[in-house]
Amino acid sequence: MENFKHQEGLISLEGSDRLLTKKVERRSFLKYAGASAAGIALLAAGCKKDNNGNDDFISLGEGDVKVLNFAYALEQLEAAFYTKVIETPNNGLSAAEASLLTDIRDHEIAHREFFKTVLSGMGMAIKDLEVDFSSINFTSRDSILGTAKAFEDLGVSAYNGAGQLLENPTYLLLAGKIVSVEARHAALIRDLISNGSFADSSVVDAQGLDISRTPQEVLAIAQPYLKTQIVL
Amino acid sequence: MNFYNILNEIEKIDGDVYERLSPRRRAIKALTGFGGKVALSALPFALGTMFKKAYGQTNANAQIIDVLNFALTLEYLEAEFYTTGLSRATLVIPSTEARNALTTIRDHETAHVNFLKTAIQSMNGTPVNKPNFDFTAKGNFPTVFTNYDTFLAVSQAFEDTGVRAYKGQAGNLMPSDAVLTAALKIHSVEARHAAHVRRMRAARGAQVKPWITLNQSGIASNAVQPIYNGEEVVTQANVAITGINGTSVSANAASEAFDEPLTKEQVLAIVTPFLA
Repeated sequence: MENFKHQEGLISLEGSDRLLTKKVERRSFLKYAGASAAGIALLAAGCKKDNNGNDDFISLGEGDVKVLNFAYALEQLEAAFYTKVIETPNNGLSAAEASLLTDIRDHEIAHREFFKTVLSGMGMAIKDLEVDFSSINFTSRDSILGTAKAFEDLGVSAYNGAGQLLENPTYLLLAGKIVSVEARHAALIRDLISNGSFADSSVVDAQGLDISRTPQEVLAIAQPYLKTQIVL
Repeated sequence: MNFYNILNEIEKIDGDVYERLSPRRRAIKALTGFGGKVALSALPFALGTMFKKAYGQTNANAQIIDVLNFALTLEYLEAEFYTTGLSRATLVIPSTEARNALTTIRDHETAHVNFLKTAIQSMNGTPVNKPNFDFTAKGNFPTVFTNYDTFLAVSQAFEDTGVRAYKGQAGNLMPSDAVLTAALKIHSVEARHAAHVRRMRAARGAQVKPWITLNQSGIASNAVQPIYNGEEVVTQANVAITGINGTSVSANAASEAFDEPLTKEQVLAIVTPFLA
């Protein structure tokens, strides 16, 4: 708790400075670019070619858009995973488990399509990601649930860590509406693996707080499941 | 112009002025050492900025302390509920597994109480006192500590309320990254609890899933309906989620995929029957 106290003081001091810097940066960038917001959007979020001429290389944009595109990327990953799980015959899941994971699939598709619609409306949506599920055995219940657990806990920690990066309260609330559903998923998947592990000490600390991760930490975990390279 | 005279004058009106300015020590140092850096003509402007920051910060802190005290009240409710349930011989908890899960949840709620108290104190606020509770909610749940299913139903109601309550306050915590993140980390733990309690109930025949479908409580009491009203929305930020972009997302799934916030007033209305 001492940490919290000190950290708090530091953050409130630095917060105002940082806010100022952010504003100045944005203003000068707008001035410099001399373009409409939509024009900037196309510059900021989209595909770039890397040094090898490979265009499977994605930049997420800046500011709130960057956070939303990051969430969109994670939701694409989750939706693709559960879609493949449910499509696979002999996935080893009981009927009751398959029914619950079908619900989860639909929730993740709803999240993915929601972000796609919102970001496309701003002209800022990243393209569809290519996934790499070669490490997952879709005919093994253990492999499926183990991966689901990793993805759901990752999603919770990603949204928990990204909240403070958002400047628009509307987006913060939307992220909040999604993260608790991800947490419900995480708890269920954990209970399917080992009943009672819904909030064990691997995810909830002695102060009763869940994990949060920076986008960099999240990406390091998610990238092995993506062929498309994401650049933060 | 004497900088310290100004502070002394302000102190007559606001005894806490030094306290308010103390986190701005760096700014004061910059000012008092202005011999070299701050031109005399710029001093009034610099002073104004400093006070604006200090007092602006105070208002933001007051808002944050308010939210934390509101959260603390909810955590008191939850912590005492589980502590009482687990210690009552009249409440038959049917398995070790169930007792362990409820103990885990109790420990988290107690940890949340302690965390919030310390956070409030670290911001120079005063934690509210624990109210006295009536877990029967004025007789709506007379068997709350004698019937395990009633106990679990009230547990679900509290956890789902907690999720919605924290969500509704996130925007008010934006001035502090540290507090916002801590609140989000409590929020997702409440959702984990809710999901597990819902599974405990489902295993005993209740028609509930780990997530909230439309505005269905799965609890045979109208008393909890305000906790679920509003959860049935299937439009987010003016985007229709049902069948979005040609997908087969049903209205049920669309409502489940997004948990909805409650305002402080809505939460207080829900909690009031549980206050003795």
